[in-house]
Amino acid sequence: MKNNFDIIVIGAGHAGCEAALAASRMGSSVCVFTTNLESIAMMPCNPSIGGTGKGHLVREIDALGGQMGLNIDKTFIQSRMLNTAKGPAVHSLRAQADKNAYHIEMKKTLEKQKNLRIYQCEVKEIVVDNKSLKGIRTITNQFYSCKALVLATGTFLRSKIFIGEGVFEAGPNGLSSSNQLSKSLKEIGMKLRRFKTGTPARVLSSSLDFSKMIEQNGDETIVPFSFMNDFLQKDQVKCWLTYTNEATHQVIRDNFHRSALFGGQIEGIGPRYCPSIEDKVNRFADKERHQTFIEPEGLETEEMYIQGMSSSLPEDVQEDFYKTIPGLENLFITRPAYAIEYDCIDPLQLTKTLEYKEIKGIFCAGQFNGSSGYEEAAAQGLVAGMNAHLMINNKEPLVLGRDEAYIGVLIDDMVTKGTNEPYRIMTSRAEYRLLLRQDNADRRLTEIGFRAGLVDEKRYEKYLKSKDIVEKEINRLKNTLLKPSEVNDFLENLNTTRVEKSISLYDLLKRPQINYSNLADLTYIPNLSYHERISVEVEVKYDGYIRKQLQQVERFKKLENKKIPEGINYNKISNLRIEAVQKLEEIRPQSIGQAARISGVSPADINVLLIYLEKKARS
Amino acid sequence: MNNIDKIGVSHETIAALATPPGNGGIGIIRISGKKSKEIANKIFKPSKKNGGIKNRYLSYGRIMDNDKIIDEVLVSFMQGPHSFTGEDVIEINGHGGRIAMDNILSLVISNGARIAQPGEFTRRAFLNGRIDLSQAEAIMDIINASSDSSFNIAVDQLNGSLSDYIKNVRDKFIDILVNITVNIDYPDEDIEEVVYSKLLEDLQNILVDVNKLYNTYERSKIVREGYNIALVGRPNVGKSALMNSLVGEDRAIVTDIAGTTRDLIEVNLQIDGNKVTLVDTAGIREASDYIEKIGIEKSKEAFNKSELVLVLLDGSMELTAEDIHILENCKNKDTIIVITKDDLNSKLDEKQIYDVLVNYDIDIVRVSSKELLGIDKLKDIISNKIKNTNIVEKSLTNLYINERHKESLSAAISSMKDAITLIENSEPLEIVEIDINHAYESILEIIGENASIDIIDKVFERFCLGK
Repeated sequence: MKNNFDIIVIGAGHAGCEAALAASRMGSSVCVFTTNLESIAMMPCNPSIGGTGKGHLVREIDALGGQMGLNIDKTFIQSRMLNTAKGPAVHSLRAQADKNAYHIEMKKTLEKQKNLRIYQCEVKEIVVDNKSLKGIRTITNQFYSCKALVLATGTFLRSKIFIGEGVFEAGPNGLSSSNQLSKSLKEIGMKLRRFKTGTPARVLSSSLDFSKMIEQNGDETIVPFSFMNDFLQKDQVKCWLTYTNEATHQVIRDNFHRSALFGGQIEGIGPRYCPSIEDKVNRFADKERHQTFIEPEGLETEEMYIQGMSSSLPEDVQEDFYKTIPGLENLFITRPAYAIEYDCIDPLQLTKTLEYKEIKGIFCAGQFNGSSGYEEAAAQGLVAGMNAHLMINNKEPLVLGRDEAYIGVLIDDMVTKGTNEPYRIMTSRAEYRLLLRQDNADRRLTEIGFRAGLVDEKRYEKYLKSKDIVEKEINRLKNTLLKPSEVNDFLENLNTTRVEKSISLYDLLKRPQINYSNLADLTYIPNLSYHERISVEVEVKYDGYIRKQLQQVERFKKLENKKIPEGINYNKISNLRIEAVQKLEEIRPQSIGQAARISGVSPADINVLLIYLEKKARS
Repeated sequence: MNNIDKIGVSHETIAALATPPGNGGIGIIRISGKKSKEIANKIFKPSKKNGGIKNRYLSYGRIMDNDKIIDEVLVSFMQGPHSFTGEDVIEINGHGGRIAMDNILSLVISNGARIAQPGEFTRRAFLNGRIDLSQAEAIMDIINASSDSSFNIAVDQLNGSLSDYIKNVRDKFIDILVNITVNIDYPDEDIEEVVYSKLLEDLQNILVDVNKLYNTYERSKIVREGYNIALVGRPNVGKSALMNSLVGEDRAIVTDIAGTTRDLIEVNLQIDGNKVTLVDTAGIREASDYIEKIGIEKSKEAFNKSELVLVLLDGSMELTAEDIHILENCKNKDTIIVITKDDLNSKLDEKQIYDVLVNYDIDIVRVSSKELLGIDKLKDIISNKIKNTNIVEKSLTNLYINERHKESLSAAISSMKDAITLIENSEPLEIVEIDINHAYESILEIIGENASIDIIDKVFERFCLGK
């Protein structure tokens, strides 16, 4: 086998796959090492892609030329648009995946990709000579050289599984853990820490009584994730909703002492938004019930996922409390719930390109960086892979701003603020939510992906066409005037005030009582895609708010553009508080804007810093 | 941020007279910065018993310019960071009067300090994290305080009562925003939906709180800058005499020639602990004389600026056309009618005044400046007017806000009103959130807090969420 590559990717999970595909599509020779080819793009936890914030990430990955959106469009078995009760700006797409199909489809894509090799072997060492990256060494003692590396080891490093009193070294889903690489990472200066996460039990659908549960169907009209797909049609499966009750909680409370979480065996920090059921019962003692969705794992299996019910209680307790839930009384568990603890890096050691600050060419992505979720991992993988390629070709790096993409928010949060728990994206983490919508992800990012060399001609053409359609439609609405006689009946029907003079469709659409589809009663409405329609509606209706946010972005950019010189010595700036000096020295922000977001750096510290830089610039 | 931007916080040592200049015997010169102790050692000769300058001690001795004694002084030293500015601070307490203080200061300067810019000590204290923004402002106000009540408020604010009020409002915003956040980001969870009628009610309640604070501005301004009273009336009606009676000294020239008062005469006095500025206007009327014209322009300005107008009418004669004209002009102002020259036989019938000001609630006081009759009564009425200028709740009487706070509050109010309109129009939650969030950020500006106070942390604290 060839033993030198431009870029080596360690790990073939959601981050590793995006990194490898992006770099090879841009022209680098890439090899992905994974301990098991059957775990490519594995979904060891929930069988779904998307959701609030996460769905936005998938749209952005797709707009930049990534794979996740295309892959889920091929393999989903139920699709729902969430948040439709709220406004279009926070509509969020989520799809249930056929896990195996998702894996197979992604594996095929990697296999077919030009410039890309996949290889099953565990990596034990990063070979570095005098702070310069040379390559990697496998546990079979083979050396492979590379110019850049993407570390996407997920939850495999020195991972331990906890099921009640049982604790053993293993990776997720019965795979083996990788126990040697951590030592090498520490040797090259990485600060590693332990995070934990968990997953609920899987059960056979034939053992469940769905008549006691509430049916959850997919949407009638399916909205695709990928900008490359206009329409999708498919038979969809059902999900089910049921609830815990006092009996469930009693079983759990009686066995608190047998949980690995409360017993103190687990040192890792788990995410607050993904607590185990014992955690929920413990922390929210007054809550009478907790909901749980029962979701199929795929079309070719009877296994189902018990959402919201992860646990590290012993198997007998798990069985006891699951059985108290309506519909689950006779359940057969196929895989017990478990907690998993693993090594990951403190992301404060990374730059905004996801490069390790101490050694050029080492990029990091995914759960290894301390994030959680398939979508967060994929987003980072894409950025790390693109930047690895751009770096070795001496090209301008790809850094997305907080005003441009949720991907930008995600990475900036992680490398600037750091995280004390596995990081999950939320729309509330974005300052400019109205600008970062899933409908306009292509108009925000496809141009950037094209310039960076990842977006191909076909996607680019499609984007230009769609952009044109949206702009033309908005202009048409502006230029189409209707006489009072033509609109007043319509207005009256919708309980909105009549007009005296002619009014444009645009001004009509601005009224709270009127939405875009209402206009069909008045005029011809072109055949737009779901997202184009949302774009038109939001950009007309909330034009004022969009402009307000754009003004805020201008102010935000002013601080982002105030660069801090690289070699600055914060210890020498008197008047900075000690805590601020330590944080600034550790994170070494690139701009005043970034510095201001560091926790422990106060507005007063920023003033001191500004004054220092100003004085330096003058002298 | 930007105005601080321009000011050099540096290694430079700064010095200034820390007490108001004047002829009082005692004065303090404050020096702050790395070189302050070094400078003091150069110019201060401790008395033998006392020993030299020591951290947190007062030393007695003399300020010497080479061999020449400048003053006998007490010198205190507070080593940074445990000082007001967070830097090394020397204070020289002299008692040799103004000239001696000036000499000491120039000696300090020639030994390596520079004159501090206005507020620079406080600014350094703020930048060194010794005080928060609203405290810094309060200190500036203490320094500038010129009456008892403004001093009390400044002290109170230093203790954080404004911060407390704002933090209470902030927490109410957090409650709302946490609910909105969890609704938007967790549509699938088993949590209570945001109900618009409840949201509207909550916002309106906060708006009441914010408005209350906003409304203290007028009173705050009065407390800080003084309550402005304009004296108007025909020439020679006795404005200057009344002014002198109120102040208790011969400040204005009292003559019988109309138009004597060409320039505005302004005096400051305290009425029940409130700072009051009396402005004697030149009489608002057509004037032929150029100089008088200028005076009249100034009078109009003072008149518009004033919180209270005293209309002086000559009790020794009947109401003239000019008097009526003046009364007409005062219809939109808070007015007290002062009938002067009550010592002479009164020819003025109060009924004539009521005829002009039908339906206006006015106070009429008869005074005689010569014999000081009615002056105390007038002061009482003024004092009540000040108290009623802005009836604020008892809990707010010790809160006061400055121009910067007012701007932030005004921005918050406007965003909240926008949000309320959106809710009334049933616009989507994520749009409503934008305005609520703006309001929240404006509120945080007042206490100099970062908006990143984590709403998200609170979400996980309060809601049981999980995949």
